[in-house]
Amino acid sequence: MQRVILLVIVSFMAHSIIHLAPGEPSEVDPMNPRMKPEDIAKIRAAFHLDDPLYLQYGYWIRDLFTGELKSFKDSQPVLPKIWDRFLNSLPLFVVATLLVWTWAFPTGIYGAVHRGGMYDRFTIFLAYALISIPGFFLSYLVILWVAGWLGVPVISIKTFGMDQAQPVFKMMDRVWHLVIPSLMSALGGVAILSRYVRSQMLEVLGQDYVRTARAKGLEEDTVIYRHALGNALLPFVTMFGFLLPGLIGGSVIFEQIFAWPGLGRLGYEAILSRDFPVIMTLNFMAAVLTLAGTFLSDILYAVVDPRIRLQ
Amino acid sequence: MKTVISAQVATKPSVRADDLPEHETPWQEFVRIYQKDRLALAGFFVLLALLVIAVAGKALTEWWVLFDPEVVRLPDKFFPPLSSPSPDIAASDRPLGGLYLFGTDELGRDVFARMFQGSFVSLSVGFVAVGISLLVGIVLGGFAGYYGQVKLGVMTVDTLIMRFTDAMMCFPTFFLILTAVALLPPSIYTIMFIIGLTSWMGTTRFVRAEFLALREQDYVTAAKALGLPEARIIFRHMVPNALAPVFVSATIGVATAILTESALSFLGFGVPPPYATWGNILSDGKGFIFDAPWLFFIPGLAIFIVVLAFNLVGEGLREALNPKLRRR
Repeated sequence: MQRVILLVIVSFMAHSIIHLAPGEPSEVDPMNPRMKPEDIAKIRAAFHLDDPLYLQYGYWIRDLFTGELKSFKDSQPVLPKIWDRFLNSLPLFVVATLLVWTWAFPTGIYGAVHRGGMYDRFTIFLAYALISIPGFFLSYLVILWVAGWLGVPVISIKTFGMDQAQPVFKMMDRVWHLVIPSLMSALGGVAILSRYVRSQMLEVLGQDYVRTARAKGLEEDTVIYRHALGNALLPFVTMFGFLLPGLIGGSVIFEQIFAWPGLGRLGYEAILSRDFPVIMTLNFMAAVLTLAGTFLSDILYAVVDPRIRLQ
Repeated sequence: MKTVISAQVATKPSVRADDLPEHETPWQEFVRIYQKDRLALAGFFVLLALLVIAVAGKALTEWWVLFDPEVVRLPDKFFPPLSSPSPDIAASDRPLGGLYLFGTDELGRDVFARMFQGSFVSLSVGFVAVGISLLVGIVLGGFAGYYGQVKLGVMTVDTLIMRFTDAMMCFPTFFLILTAVALLPPSIYTIMFIIGLTSWMGTTRFVRAEFLALREQDYVTAAKALGLPEARIIFRHMVPNALAPVFVSATIGVATAILTESALSFLGFGVPPPYATWGNILSDGKGFIFDAPWLFFIPGLAIFIVVLAFNLVGEGLREALNPKLRRR
């Protein structure tokens, strides 16, 4: 119930943030001599821009839920437009997320178990370095030095003119285009997550029940992977909730660098052309995804941790 | 004979005192723990140096112009670092020392002077943005924590503030910043405000949690019993004790703000000219990555080092302020 109320607040904020800002869609091209005042008035009337804010909000919600919502820019329906881009963003998001989670855990666990060793100190410093470097700076360096040297494609989602090729080659082409962009967008996440994993593991390894397990004479592997890791993993269940919205917001920079036609770029283009319905809908959907994510992680947490009971 | 006895008497208590741990003020304790982390210590010195550079950058490029970042010297386009100006340049337009320390850009401007000026601008973007987010975060968090139970119509103050915080947290931060920056008129103050106004949510939650815990402490009850005004209890007694985690997140927040500014510059929504920031020097330089790599690498490395230093100091503070690590 609280979530529903929160959703309404969020939708209201997504709408008002855009409309309270001074930029207007009719002002995109103020220098164009062919734009007569009558034309601007016509446009404003067509987009309900002269109505009071609460009416505009009503129109937006109505159109959003009936699927009638149209982009200001090209009058295409917004939802199919977002869906197309979503399908493009999905592989990048899935591969990057898998990379983050499969890479960060071994790194963090190993660092915690061999605390203070060469490897630990090296990965900690590397993690700091990766967090501190501007994402696009690092991506440019990689494009400059690695991509050219290995011959990995870094532009867009597939090679232009491959439509006639065999399905196998088309697939391979897609996969190769994924390599560098997903790697680059995963690196920051690996750095952050592996540090969390490490500190979480360190905390658990200092607990009494780990000492008990060792005192019982269990093998070190059993102690670490069954007794310690199981408990250290708990907080990460909640982090699933923060993953989903990354689909929209987290990828603007990387989609821009690698010319990836995904959701982030759709948002960027929409911002550039003052395409209010697209911006509002994207913001709203990101918020919905966050709420869905936190809801999901609450349930998961209750499933995983027997100490918590849902009411 | 007498002197020997008195000497013995005098040495006795000092022997006992050796068994006790030496008295430490909280500050000494903090310094001792902080110094153990060599990376954090190095970060601290880098930041100290940066502060000096930034203030000098403001002074020497604007008040007492030794390095002029705005002189355009078209014959001297794309001179590599450590080269001297060509003879066509008028004596008044020559860089200090007759040397382009970091080379020149596409308009023949001295990159060193621009970086020098940009150090102040970049740093002030970070500090002002974090200052705004701290202000909003502490005020809202303090209200929610201290006056949380007060009813306002149908809901309590706490519900109102925390629901609003939750709603703000639902939006993807960078996309929200991008939207707001693009729609508002471009200016350095807009960018500071927007980065600040979209990053206060974490502080609010910290401060609220701390306040909820502090309200129940005996010294707050004592202060109330003494009849102190509420404002004094909050700001003099409670805020300083709630600040430790906030301070850590503020340090890391400055780093994040500098990175956000450079990301905005990359997308073309950064701090507009005439201000030079490290972010917009970097994003201008990316177009000349093959012809003039120094335009790209110098600001990139500068941002990297400074952000790294902020992060290291933040983590060092977190360790040193963590009560669990004390007295060991």
